[in-house]
Amino acid sequence: MSLDPRAFAENARAALKDPLLKPALGRLKTHFGAGRAYAVHAYGDFEPLREAGKAIRDYAVTHLDELLVQFEASVGARGGTVHWARDAGEARRVILSILQDVGAGTVTKGKSMVTEEIQLNPFLEANGIVPVETDLGEYIIQLRNEPPSHIIAPAFHLSKEQVAETFRTSHTALDPARNLVERNALVQEARGILRAQFERADAGITGANFLSAKEGAAIIVTNEGNGDLTRLLPKTHIVVTGIEKVVADMDDVAVLLRLLPRSATGQAISTYVSVMAGPTGESDGPENFHVVLVDNGRSSLIGTEAQDVLRCIRCSACMNHCPIYGAVGGHAYGATYMGPIGAALNPGTMGVAETAHHANASTFCGRCAEVCPVMIPLPKIMRHWRAVEYASGLAPKAITRGLSFWAFAAKRPRLYRLGARIAARALKLMSRRGAVRSVPVSNGWFAVRDFPAPQGRTFQELWKARR
Amino acid sequence: MSTSPRPRIGLFVTCLVDLVRPQVGFAAAALLERAGCDVEVPAAQTCCGQPAWNSGIDADAKDIARAVIAAFEGFDYVVAPSGSCAGMIKRHYPEMFEKDAAWLPRARALAAKTHELMSFLVKVCGMTGVTAAYAKKVCYHDSCSSLREMGVKAEPRALLATVDGLSLAELTDAQVCCGFGGLFSVKYPEISERMADDKIADACATGADALLGGDLGCLLHLKGRMQRAGKALEVRHVAEVLAGMGGEKALGEP
Repeated sequence: MSLDPRAFAENARAALKDPLLKPALGRLKTHFGAGRAYAVHAYGDFEPLREAGKAIRDYAVTHLDELLVQFEASVGARGGTVHWARDAGEARRVILSILQDVGAGTVTKGKSMVTEEIQLNPFLEANGIVPVETDLGEYIIQLRNEPPSHIIAPAFHLSKEQVAETFRTSHTALDPARNLVERNALVQEARGILRAQFERADAGITGANFLSAKEGAAIIVTNEGNGDLTRLLPKTHIVVTGIEKVVADMDDVAVLLRLLPRSATGQAISTYVSVMAGPTGESDGPENFHVVLVDNGRSSLIGTEAQDVLRCIRCSACMNHCPIYGAVGGHAYGATYMGPIGAALNPGTMGVAETAHHANASTFCGRCAEVCPVMIPLPKIMRHWRAVEYASGLAPKAITRGLSFWAFAAKRPRLYRLGARIAARALKLMSRRGAVRSVPVSNGWFAVRDFPAPQGRTFQELWKARR
Repeated sequence: MSTSPRPRIGLFVTCLVDLVRPQVGFAAAALLERAGCDVEVPAAQTCCGQPAWNSGIDADAKDIARAVIAAFEGFDYVVAPSGSCAGMIKRHYPEMFEKDAAWLPRARALAAKTHELMSFLVKVCGMTGVTAAYAKKVCYHDSCSSLREMGVKAEPRALLATVDGLSLAELTDAQVCCGFGGLFSVKYPEISERMADDKIADACATGADALLGGDLGCLLHLKGRMQRAGKALEVRHVAEVLAGMGGEKALGEP
């Protein structure tokens, strides 16, 4: 299952009618929203930390050229290899070739949104390699053949009853009458099945939350421990991540580690923080260490009005606090990155024509920017994409024609005053019991609501008469 | 206050108040006059240009902004009974003219003296209370622009607390958007409907008789949705209640 971003409005309508989705999304507030609020409160003075995070990420984004080359040298000095991928296709081919070189048949995967972005799993399967997702949420949606609906909680759209159903359908070797009511029963079942996969895997693939240029290290934060089993047990470990994840050094990483879990799950720190700095040279770690750096449109944003979006550390706070995401969920976006970060990023990396809805489906309420740990001006960037959409002639004609008509009048005060006087009277005449039920030129408004009847004369005419 | 004993206020009445609810404009003028200001209404005003700006139609937005700047820059202060329109002038005009050396100083100067009504009354005029009665339990809807662009939260509540007979019940999710968002409400009506219904349910759950707010856009959207969905909460702009006009017909009342 994968939805079309161009059909966002239809996808959203269907999502709003899904009776199981509303209670699932209700947990955004109780789970992530409340968690972040508590963590920020407990930390104390969070704003200077956000300022520091912004400065660190800004430095990184404006020094990517230097930092990435330094990172490559540092990884090389430790015996690892850095690969550069311009786009999704190059990234897939590089990864496949590493896996084929070591004769990999099964590959375990820690959660990685970049491998979702480059659609790695179907490509590996088509080439005879079995990818096994080991993050519980990713494992569940892999069984269901669904994309993630949230960037840190991929199965957030599902209830535990739906997960139990999925396990019964998929784990056919187990007793059909087993008890799967409790959350823990589900976890234990997945753990048992995944344990065998960890032992069998020929290679492990993880993402990276940060790359440290000076030390040549990739850092991941996890809560389930699957990341460490993925990266440590097989002989080959591949890190797949975006070029923008690099920062100067581990001191910078330490600051960002204070921001990320607090903003994401409300934890002061995640259960595990793994620092991966090349082959261990010991018997219990990987012998081969590869980092695949994926551009896939990111570098094209540098120097544009959307550059600040590259500061993102993928915490998900913006979507957790977004009322649009909270109403329709992640699948409606039809893209790997959803909610405000998707709305600011996707038009730049996937194309404005493809993802214009993402930038438009916002009230500019500003909560996303308010909670962003690296202070990305998300609504400002969405507005930028709307301007690009309009300038490219891609904006819907019904809307732009109406706006042109309105702007023509708004620039001519006398005409405007006359028009307003006529409109105030007409709307009042059209009203019944205090409400206008329908005006043919604005179907969108009247699809779901009435328009409260105007008082019948404009303020300007009444004010002039009074003075 | 600057040039004269009674500061000259340019009242930016907003296009929605002008068209739908003149009473809000008169309430705003009355409150400003009681706070010791002289109020003028430049006839050249139409709209702040936000529909064009938020749609990415920069040329139209700039034309309209330049007209607003020219019409209002001679006043001591610009006051709007709306966080959204005030926010447009204060936050977005300087952003709009960032690369325009001729207009940026004028946009910044206007931004510096532009205020949302509630915050102007309390913070600039030092108003601590009003003489008005409204014997109802009310909840206050913070518009996102008032709350996050203009930093207005305590001011309307402080003034409402001095209204005879009024009791204030807080919404559980006061910081959450109501789903208006200008053209968003037209482009994505079903999402907007869900957000409105959540806000209306929150308001009804407080047991309030009335929903007050400082932005007519949100209020038209919420009242319109209530009319369609058969909810009977009274809806008014906060300025009406503070100016003692709470006995007049409410928004959408036949």
